Amino acid sequence: MKPDENTIICRCEDLTLGKLRELIAAGYTTLDEIKRISRAGMGPCQGRTCRALIEREIAVMTGTPIKEQAPAKYRQPSKPVTFSAILGGEPHEKDS
Amino acid sequence: MKKTADAVIIGGGVNGVSIAYNLAKRGLTNVCVLERNYLASGSTGRCGAGVRAQWGTEMNLRMAMASVRMFETMNEELAYDDDIEFNQGGYLLLAYTDAGWEQFRKNVVLQKAHGLSVELLTPEAAQEVVPHLNTEGLLGATFCPTDGHCNPFKVTDAYAKAARRLGVEIYTNTTVTGIAREGDRIKGVETTGGFIATPVVVNAAGGYSQDIAAMVDLDIPTYSERHQILITEPVEQMQRPMVMSFHHNLYCQQTPHGSFLMGLGDPTEKPGRNTEASWQFLQEMAEKITWLLPPLRDIRVVRQWAGLYNMTPDATPILGPVEQVSGFYLAVGFSGHGFMLAPAVGVLLAESILGQETEIPIGPMGLGRFARGELFKEPSVV
Repeated sequence: MKPDENTIICRCEDLTLGKLRELIAAGYTTLDEIKRISRAGMGPCQGRTCRALIEREIAVMTGTPIKEQAPAKYRQPSKPVTFSAILGGEPHEKDS
Repeated sequence: MKKTADAVIIGGGVNGVSIAYNLAKRGLTNVCVLERNYLASGSTGRCGAGVRAQWGTEMNLRMAMASVRMFETMNEELAYDDDIEFNQGGYLLLAYTDAGWEQFRKNVVLQKAHGLSVELLTPEAAQEVVPHLNTEGLLGATFCPTDGHCNPFKVTDAYAKAARRLGVEIYTNTTVTGIAREGDRIKGVETTGGFIATPVVVNAAGGYSQDIAAMVDLDIPTYSERHQILITEPVEQMQRPMVMSFHHNLYCQQTPHGSFLMGLGDPTEKPGRNTEASWQFLQEMAEKITWLLPPLRDIRVVRQWAGLYNMTPDATPILGPVEQVSGFYLAVGFSGHGFMLAPAVGVLLAESILGQETEIPIGPMGLGRFARGELFKEPSVV
């Protein structure tokens, strides 16, 4: 099946392939810029799905291979975690 | 790349593009903006995205009130094809000490004298504004309903697009390597993309403002400091205003998108350019925010990051020309509130560069105030 313009690229933030192509054509040609203008990759999954798809589309449209693209930063926490879970652990022992 | 320009702006953050737009709007269109990375890649894109007029010094107050008015009509003014997402849910500022409360009372007198709609609230009234607020130890609060939240990427994008339409060139991935002078006058800017001859250079380099000033042998009292932030998953709207406590050194706002955005100031943070996030911040933020706003316990944190405040000794920006170098202008040292002031800063710098009378007199905001000992001492900063 051929992907069409309505194919969802970022499931968390509903970025479609059509919109992604529009952004790349308008000059947002790095993953960092696309993330910031469209929120792609900022949702609960933190770009686990869309990152590679966006990089591939940038490569196709700009001719810059993925390995030559500036990688976007991975930010902690690596998985969504509630405040109560963060506080759930025992306090660190002080040096005696 | 251009060979000559009437003005070169160093820094593609929100202030740089706002200045460029305002120059072009006033007829100076042979202008370019130089950005080492991409637009809003520095402090603008890392900021807390809050917009408030509740300030404690007249200068910050007047610039912030003017900026709020400009945010209100920015989509139309800049003919933006997207939306800057300005949402006025208000700011609730909390006081926990007698000194803090006394300061709030003074601030409100000043703010009302300038026509700001702002109220002093009892803890009970504060809880009506934010029902899930823990009022333990709270002495009182102030609330201004026209404060709010705005999208820094979109505002930068809106100014950049409008500036480009007027003829401004924006060069990203372009680093400034030197500034040429002839006597005490600016002659041009050396970049990784070539030399641009210009009589006017604006330093809008955010966390790197001191390095740009050093290129013209100017020693400015700004320094950079890491500040950390986190954001949660989006949840249903439950908190309209920003909640801010100077006593706890924190702020927390639910964005129009639904996620909670919050940050903490760390008084032990040393000057530097570190922008890595730390687990210590996550722990401390979790402790403080679940005490202050208990229902947030069950919301998930999705991302942490950090950015630089470009600080001045009085937490007030340095704006305008400098005596030492003719043609060199400063828009630096925003001390954590550069985004919310950018609309006014763009107008004021453009007027100053064009030799017009500025809408708000910016003489007192200049670099000379430090030599004269005329500091502002802004009391209301996280």
